[in-house]
Formats: sequence, C-alpha cells, structure tokens
Amino acid sequence: MSSEALDSTQYVHHHLTNLPWTHSFLQQKLGSFGVVNLDTLIVSFILGSGVLLLFYCLARRATSGVPSKLQNFVEILFEFIQRQVKETFQGSNPLIAPLALTIFVWILLMNLMDLIPIDLFPMLLSKTGVPYFRMVPTTDLNATFAMSLSVFILIIYYSVKEKGLWGFTKELFMHPFPYIWFAPINLPLSIVHELAKPVSLALRLFGNLFSGEVIFILIALFPIWWLQWVLGFPWAIFHILIILIQAFIFTILTIVYLSLAHESH
Amino acid sequence: MDLNLTLFGQMITFALFVWFTKRFVWPVLIKAINDREAKIADGLAAAERGHHELDLSQERAKELLRDAKAKAIDVVDQAHKQATHILEEARSDARALAERMVATAEEEIVQAKHAAKMALQKELGVMVVKGAERILKQNISGAINDRLISDLIAEVGVSE
Repeated sequence: MSSEALDSTQYVHHHLTNLPWTHSFLQQKLGSFGVVNLDTLIVSFILGSGVLLLFYCLARRATSGVPSKLQNFVEILFEFIQRQVKETFQGSNPLIAPLALTIFVWILLMNLMDLIPIDLFPMLLSKTGVPYFRMVPTTDLNATFAMSLSVFILIIYYSVKEKGLWGFTKELFMHPFPYIWFAPINLPLSIVHELAKPVSLALRLFGNLFSGEVIFILIALFPIWWLQWVLGFPWAIFHILIILIQAFIFTILTIVYLSLAHESH
Repeated sequence: MDLNLTLFGQMITFALFVWFTKRFVWPVLIKAINDREAKIADGLAAAERGHHELDLSQERAKELLRDAKAKAIDVVDQAHKQATHILEEARSDARALAERMVATAEEEIVQAKHAAKMALQKELGVMVVKGAERILKQNISGAINDRLISDLIAEVGVSE
C-alpha cells in the first residue's frame, strides 16, 4: 500500500492494474490496444530467460555419466515432459517436446510469482517511482493469450501441413456430421470447436490465477493482523496445487491439441 | 486487464523461448539422458552375462573335477593292475629259474654219482685183481687165474 490512505476499492484496483507504457503514435493509431504492459513483459522475460539460461548451462555441462544433483532434477523434469509427449503424441515432431517443456516451465514460474507476498514488489518499486506493478504475468490475459494463440497458430499450421489444405478444409465441413448436406451446420461448429481451444486454454489459466490473486488481495484487506496467517497460509498451500495443476493442464492440452492436428479423423 | 500490444510482445518472447529450448537445451539434455540409459542398460546386460558366464564356468569346473577324479581312479587302477602283473611275472620267472637250477643241479648230481661209481668200479676191479693175483701167486696156475679175474669183472659189470 502506498503511504496515503487507500480505501479497499482503490487497493484492489491498484493491485489489478498493470504498469502501462505507450507512445503517442501507438495511442493515436490503436487506442487502448496501443498500450504495453511493461510488468508482464519484464517479469515473464526475466523468468523465462533465467530458467532457460540455467538449462543452457546445464546442457553444456551435461554428462551421460553420474549427473550432478541439479542436472538430475532437471532431467526428472525433462523425462516427465518426454513421457507425457510420448504417451499422448503418436507422430514424430521434434518441436512438440521442447514446446511442451517451455510452456510447462514458463507457466510454472510465472504462476509461482503468485506466492510472493502481494504487496512486496509493488511497495518496493513504488519507492523508486513505479506506480503500478503486477508480479504475476499469468494474471494478465495478454500473457495467457500469447501462449494459447501461438499454440493455435501451430495447430492450424500442422493441421494444414499434415492433412493438406484440402484435407483440413474437408474436415471443417465434414465434422462432426460426416455428410455433405450437413456442411452449413458443420462449418460453424468446426470453427467454434477450433476457436474454443485457444480461448479455453488462455481463459482457464488466467481465471485460475486471477481468482487466486484476488483472494490473496482480499485476505490482505482483512484488518485483523493474525488473519493474514490463518487465511493466507492455507490458501497459499492450496494455491501451490493450483499453480502446478494449471501449468500441467496447459502443457498436456497443448500436446493433445497438436497431436489431434497431426491425425486425420 | 484488456488485451493490448503486450500480446504480441509475449508471443515474440514465447517464440524465442521455444526456439531456444528446441535449439540449445532439449536435444542436449535428452541425449545425455538417453546415453546414460543406454549405458545403464549395457552395464546391466554385462552383469547378467557375467553371472551367466560364472554359472557356466562353475559347471565346467565341476565337470573337470569329476573327470579328473575318474581319471585318477583309472590311473590308480591301472597301476595296481600293472603292479600285480609285474609281480606275477617276476614270481613266475623266479619259479622257472629255480626249477631250472634244481634240474641242473640234479643232473650234475646224477652225473657225479655215475662218474664216482665208474671210478669206484675201476678201482675195485684193480684192487680185486691185485688181491687175487696175490692169492694166486701162491697156489693157482696162470690159466685159472685169468678166468677168475674176467669172471669177477663181468660180475661187477652186471651188478652195476
């Protein structure tokens, strides 16, 4: 909380506002779309590049002999992802596993920021003149949609690549009812079916993390000091579960969707 | 809360991360994992083979020992037989030699006896003649004397 007295509405609003950056040109051309959420970009980039650099260093020193404890831990993670991909994905695509790993690790780390006390970073940064700061990128729709839309692009790309343009189009018209005179019904159904994938991916992750953060904010609003631990502690523990589950679900669904894109019905 | 340009920034970041993982991270670590897996599998297989070989060589050793024992028993048997045989041969040789010696000795005895008898006959004849000569010199004629001596000699020859 900043030094001046805020009422609870302002406090909640403050915590749910991203750090904006824009240019007058962008603002003119794109309106509210021309804004960039600096906090989302910065935190997610630091987390992602940090863990990838760690992986890179490990990969350079990787040995097929006795692994170090850190290498062992990372290998467990890699093998976990590889197992999921092998179980779900039938074809052979060298992109799927690295993609799944990136998604899992990145989302997990971004979600983990939710466990940092919600006032810590906004307060520290407000001392340096930063008015708003949201630590959890996955509570920003832009971050979740960025991933789900990228996955969606890959789904369309591999659908067309594997089934051919004609095969993919046919699937749009002949699914779910395999008769040509059902085409007018099939097409909107198929489009909704395809579009539901990125939308559900993004909104599921966003919804879970956003609601979790809102509850942390609400707990922080309780005036009785010991309630912070009585309520905050169990919720944080429960939230660890949510963090893991959401990262896992996003990863698995990505693999499943891409595997569906590879097989013809 | 709204969608804005951040979306594209995040997509670019995401694409970069995925590319980086695919290019520099995933293949290297997965290779290390697979190599180790292969190594472990090889090691286990080698251990299994070693066990198997140990079993086989133990079996072989047992067999060799059994064979050696049988051979040793054979050799001892053979030796016993040979010893018996040699002993038997020596015994029979000795017996034959002894028999031969006895026979020779007996022969010699017979010959010696014969020779002694002949010598004695001769001597007796001479002595008888001498004795008779001495008696006849005193009272009997020369003709009767000769007849007497030849009779005596014939008598001795017959009684031989």
